[in-house]
Amino acid sequence: MTAPDTHLAIDAVWRIESAKLIAGLARIVGDVGVAEDLAQDALVAALERWPESGVPDNPGAWLMATAKHRAIDLLRRRTRLERKHEQLGYELEVQQELAVPNLDAALDDPVGDDLLRLMFTACHPILSTEARAALTLRLLGGLTTEEIARAFLVPAPTVAQRIVRAKRTLSEAGIPFEVPRGDDLTARLSSVLEVVYLIFNEGYAATAGDDWLRPALCEDALRLGRILAELAPEEPEVHGLVALMEIQASRSRARVGPSGEPILLLDQNRSRWDQLLIRRGLAALERAEQLGGANGPYALQAAIAACHARARTGEETDWERIATLYAALAEVSPSPVVELNRAVAVGMAFGPAAGLELVDALRTEPSLKSYHLLPAARGDLLDKLGRFDEARAEFERAASLTQNARERTLLLERSMQPR
Amino acid sequence: MKFLGLYRPSAPEGTPPGQETMAKMGKLIEEMTKAGVLLATEGCMPSSKGARVRYSGGKFTVTDGPFTETKELIAGFALFEVKSKEEAIEWSRRFMEVAGEGENELRQIFEGGNCAPESTAELAEVKHRQPAEVGATL
Repeated sequence: MTAPDTHLAIDAVWRIESAKLIAGLARIVGDVGVAEDLAQDALVAALERWPESGVPDNPGAWLMATAKHRAIDLLRRRTRLERKHEQLGYELEVQQELAVPNLDAALDDPVGDDLLRLMFTACHPILSTEARAALTLRLLGGLTTEEIARAFLVPAPTVAQRIVRAKRTLSEAGIPFEVPRGDDLTARLSSVLEVVYLIFNEGYAATAGDDWLRPALCEDALRLGRILAELAPEEPEVHGLVALMEIQASRSRARVGPSGEPILLLDQNRSRWDQLLIRRGLAALERAEQLGGANGPYALQAAIAACHARARTGEETDWERIATLYAALAEVSPSPVVELNRAVAVGMAFGPAAGLELVDALRTEPSLKSYHLLPAARGDLLDKLGRFDEARAEFERAASLTQNARERTLLLERSMQPR
Repeated sequence: MKFLGLYRPSAPEGTPPGQETMAKMGKLIEEMTKAGVLLATEGCMPSSKGARVRYSGGKFTVTDGPFTETKELIAGFALFEVKSKEEAIEWSRRFMEVAGEGENELRQIFEGGNCAPESTAELAEVKHRQPAEVGATL
């Protein structure tokens, strides 16, 4: 293996092992920032040695052993320092003798719990959402600061600073490295799910011309979600989120035309949908429902996505069921946007007049005032009702509100030639 | 990126894996699933249950198994979602340590398109963290 090849191999090993490494170390040293530094030190050692010695047979164990030695050194230094300060003397020495062998046992524990602890810590609500996303990708996704910066379209120093500050905040607040229990678990879990979905959506929002690292965020989020589903298999919303992401990702090939233009859901070539991801998504949704989580916000959104995924053609779409699911979603997670989507589904299921009634009720909603999809949806319903002049005016209004040139073209076309 | 791994063991067909191998394989598959990289994997029945369908010179020929070669026959496949080819290689290495000597052919799966939005309508929805029917019917 040549040196560049070895570097690529090390990169791959890092991708696979870094989260486990950091998680295991964080439990020992009690601080994710210190744990990451120790893991990085081990990586540097690998980069120095492996090009000459070759990649060891069990690279994960090698990295762990190297980092463990450094962790033990660090703990010993700390203990010595404490002893100097506090003059604890003999008693502590005995404790230390006892403590060090236990480290080995602690490090050989199953890693699952540690990873889960790491995920909860990186997504702690004390941190801003951006900080949580950056820290999660860094500690659990194995991404570098530069990769995160490119993916989120922000300068690398900004991300670096975000991560440094986040680690300091966690350390200063004395956030314990643990999995929350009881009532706390639900709130903390939703913080984790929010971060994973935010990462997914960042990738989802990327366009064809973007740096490939942006769309790759979808895969990062899916991987995090799949890991989380194995770590917390009893949590229905975890499966709900995984289902939602798998099904949305299944359409990625069909969503863009040859020249990068967006293709609307109903116009997509469904044979290009990834059936494997759909199957995985449907299975995850079933899991969420079996665990009693059918009414969770993610499970409901996944169920809506599943309605589209199950329909072989656009005409086969079960709009009645979609309308019902939106009504349920509006109850657990009410928002004007959910309501607008429900209106469209109702229009598809029960005719444009029923949809229009719901859309009209939203016209006074302040948060939708400059939301171009409100007049777009209204225009479509008016058009179907044969009220062409009103439809034209709504499409023009929608066109004037959208920020996106491709969409503006589409809306203006519709304003010129009502169906 | 996705990689397909086609595993061809050196051992002749019909060499059943020992109990220890089976247990190790179960553990490895669990590890790969937990790492979020394994999308699908299956093992093949002996080639006597299979066939080769050829289309050549405008004619189809079907050859029933067992196939004449006894070694290096496809014994199973795995579909990985990984960050790099090197990561797929690293997983292959771990797989073959358990499965035994042979060859694992890795092929990157063609994935046209990416996660670009279906329409910016849906994108607007995404910012509100809700799905979009509006985008679907715009």
